[in-house]
Amino acid sequence: MLRARNRTGLVFFPAFDWAISPTHPEREERLLYTQDQVFEEGILDVEGIIEYKPDLVTKKDVQRAHFCVPDLWAVMTESHFISAGGAKTIAMAVMDKQVERGFALVRPPGHHANRVVHGARGFCNVNIEAIMIEYIRQAYGVNRVAIVDTDCHHGDGTQDIYWHDPDTLFISIHQDGRTLYPGSGFLSELGGPNAVGATINIPLPPNTSGEGILYAIREVVLPILKEFQPEIIVNSAGQDNHYSDPITNMNFSAQGYAELTTLLKPDIAVLEGGYAIEGALPYVNAGIILAMAGMDYSHLREPDYDPVKIRQTPEVTRWVHKTCDKVLENWRQRRHLGEMVRGDNTFMERDRNIYYDTDNIHEHQKETIRVCERCGGALRIDSAARAKKHILAVHIPRKACETCRKQGYTWYEEADMTQYDKIYLQDRCADVIIEKAEPS
Amino acid sequence: MIIGLDVGGTHTDVVLLGQEGLARQIKVPTNPSDLFATVLTGLEKITEGIDPAHIRRAVLSTTLTTNRIVQRRIPDVGMIVSAGPGMDPELFRTGPHYHTVSGAIDHRGRENTPIDEAQVLKVADSLKKNGIRYLGVVSKFSVRNPDHEVAIAELIGTQFEKVFLGHRIAGNLNFPRRIATTFLHASVYPIHKDFFEAVLNSMAKKGLSVPIRILKPDGGNMRFDASIDHPAQTILSGPAASVMGSVAFAPKDEECLVLDIGGTTTDMAVLVNGVPLLDPMGIRIGDHKTLIRSLETVSIGVGGDSVVRVVDGKIHIGPDRLGMAMAYGGPVPTPTDAIFILGIGEGGDLEKAREGIQTVADALGTDVQDAANRIFEQACRTILDKAGSMINRINAKPVYTVHELWEGHRLQPRRILVLGGPAPWFAKGLERLSDSRVNVVPRWTVANAIGAGLARTTCEVTLFADTEREIATAPEENFSTVIPSNYTKEDAIATAMDLLCRKAIARGANSDHLELEVIEAMSFNMVRGFCTTGRNIRVMAQVKPGLIHGYDPIAKKIMDSNFV
Repeated sequence: MLRARNRTGLVFFPAFDWAISPTHPEREERLLYTQDQVFEEGILDVEGIIEYKPDLVTKKDVQRAHFCVPDLWAVMTESHFISAGGAKTIAMAVMDKQVERGFALVRPPGHHANRVVHGARGFCNVNIEAIMIEYIRQAYGVNRVAIVDTDCHHGDGTQDIYWHDPDTLFISIHQDGRTLYPGSGFLSELGGPNAVGATINIPLPPNTSGEGILYAIREVVLPILKEFQPEIIVNSAGQDNHYSDPITNMNFSAQGYAELTTLLKPDIAVLEGGYAIEGALPYVNAGIILAMAGMDYSHLREPDYDPVKIRQTPEVTRWVHKTCDKVLENWRQRRHLGEMVRGDNTFMERDRNIYYDTDNIHEHQKETIRVCERCGGALRIDSAARAKKHILAVHIPRKACETCRKQGYTWYEEADMTQYDKIYLQDRCADVIIEKAEPS
Repeated sequence: MIIGLDVGGTHTDVVLLGQEGLARQIKVPTNPSDLFATVLTGLEKITEGIDPAHIRRAVLSTTLTTNRIVQRRIPDVGMIVSAGPGMDPELFRTGPHYHTVSGAIDHRGRENTPIDEAQVLKVADSLKKNGIRYLGVVSKFSVRNPDHEVAIAELIGTQFEKVFLGHRIAGNLNFPRRIATTFLHASVYPIHKDFFEAVLNSMAKKGLSVPIRILKPDGGNMRFDASIDHPAQTILSGPAASVMGSVAFAPKDEECLVLDIGGTTTDMAVLVNGVPLLDPMGIRIGDHKTLIRSLETVSIGVGGDSVVRVVDGKIHIGPDRLGMAMAYGGPVPTPTDAIFILGIGEGGDLEKAREGIQTVADALGTDVQDAANRIFEQACRTILDKAGSMINRINAKPVYTVHELWEGHRLQPRRILVLGGPAPWFAKGLERLSDSRVNVVPRWTVANAIGAGLARTTCEVTLFADTEREIATAPEENFSTVIPSNYTKEDAIATAMDLLCRKAIARGANSDHLELEVIEAMSFNMVRGFCTTGRNIRVMAQVKPGLIHGYDPIAKKIMDSNFV
């Protein structure tokens, strides 16, 4: 009898009846060939690989991670409730120790969704990892979490949500933002003033192959994880670093993904992007499942796999090494860098424009964070989407100190109702969200 | 008239069904070491004094192939497997004569690596040298493109007595199961063929030329000649016989739990509006996970003759059976003995039953009545609990569309149909302990044989169309055709239904009364770049499992001429 070495949970939800639009990469067909391969390989018959039916997330689960504008129903479809629910189902199976690890092979994805959501960006509406993580924090009392985002695109949404959280280590390995959407994720993005160093970006040059990506995992990610000591490691398992991906320029392979998974040993993996639906996804997904289950994947490769053709140049190797050195240097100096960033400030501001490519929305945000040594800090976000809604969102983090909590309520209560379409307060200490709006 | 015959572990039940209802029913003891004699005796006895010309067919559910697989009394067979990239095909080794060869086909049925003829010929040589007569040939994704399997068979097939090709076994994707199922077909082929040819010959000699059909685990039958190419589809048909025996009496607008309570085990199944639920993948026998379609059934080790023990002050029932109940001279106390003490049922030697239950009562430190009560209640509760878990498991099965997940129906049977020897006794306990209505299936002791006799011919068809490659194919049916690029899902459904219709008739279905249904039909636009390059269409259709046309009057008469 074929048996998995690690008991592994799987939610497979291909959403065969949902698409952003008929020819959009995020369409019905995306996981069709993955299903074919996984079924044909008989992976679901392996003893110790357990397939779960996804539960739906609740409104409250979503509101722990997001401010949805104008409301939740405007930004969520049924399939978002299911894909976030699939991640949650896997997390519960892991936390309840039904399985040692789990993989949510779900769509639509989520890692480009920010804390404030006016619509879809980068094919994402809500951040399914963040919804899952905030759920297990609430339900199981998990505190320290590490997210390793191996999608080819910078996980800017996840970075946004955890920018100020010193208890969430967010590491994103991606193709350099100067050459790819969303154009962020540079070395200098290290986290907000209260969480400097908890955000780590490893931008790699185009045409990096397995050698470079696995080097970054071994030399940078693993040592940092060891030092951070997370209770849970989450892998945002995008598959678009693949050499055949149509919208990126990297040279990773199914073998490489399986090895990455073996090295990283994530407790939970959640599918993100990956649009080489025929040439890559069937093999990459099979490889990730086998690797999670601790099974042999040495016979797995793409039909057109040619390691010589996708080998990285010495120049790429030098660039990768240089980037990795810099990341480690920042990590070692994070306390010092934090002090420099904070200076004598009591409040700090961030002003930025956010573009929603999928829904063509222009958002302008003014963020104010209370500089705090005891907690993540009270956060105030003034967000206006051009020709749409203007809202004020106040976030009181988990484990907030009394001063920050009071600050949050003060911001909420003293906000000028006439200026905003809606005012939100997300109090993560009390696990509530409250809203108010001027009667129209 | 129709003969239904169901070989059980201890008894073989045989019925003769006619327009007058149940014309005759007999039980003959099963001789596990000579099933041939058992079946022949059953057929002879049931037809005594009947003009064979009046008998339309005999439907047989036997344990022949099941026993041989479980006991591993099967001949050596050869397997030639081409896997291509993926899991290591060594993991699916079936035995010493298992050979992997090169060749690879991808998920859309495109060839990536050709087969190596010299290599295949060499393997065939080695198999021949080892005296192999039966062969299985399986390649990955052969249900999308059978070319490699066919090429291997053409190259070396004539050197073997019988060759089974993976793509002819089932249309589902699952390479390891395809290997296991092909292996089982090749393994039981000579056993199955010799047995039924011998039965037919012996009957012919006695002037009983009755057409034979074989019951399958999906609750349908197939003609004997069709079974020669699918011999492993005869395994584990026993539970299906019982379930089909309850179908005639099941409400057509309700969900029902069916419990077949025997001496050793209780088999469970679910009927939805009178139609039994199928296991979507395939039955498991021993260590083999197969693609053999079956009803969704669960078997637990609690029955009327299960051993009752007391361990650490707690009652344990089953899973073993050491013989009859003590009331019938058996060696250990059983739930049946408890039932007699409680006066729920009657039979056997009450004093012996009391003696047995007294030992349980002593171990529990209570009186006989209380012990009997607790045994009976626990037996009923265990059955209900396990049935509950089965329902939960069915409801937890994954679905892959937003629509199904959102609108998904949850099973909640509120009626229980009970059959098997101790059915009426257990029914009383089950009704008391559950909030379901409980009915005993008419003729509960031979309902299994009635089910075998009345079962319809079933089969299914899987069609795969790829308009970019301009091909529609149902390899299991040896069907492949060129299609135009505007071929649609509706066209695919029409093709599949046509194939199914022809297949059903060939397998023995009544062409005037076919109940066919589409069980899956999906069409995906294939987009490359920003253009739609074609459609990828998958259709599955089946004969709905159920009873033959015209069974109603028979069933009604069986009900009327009853009972309880």
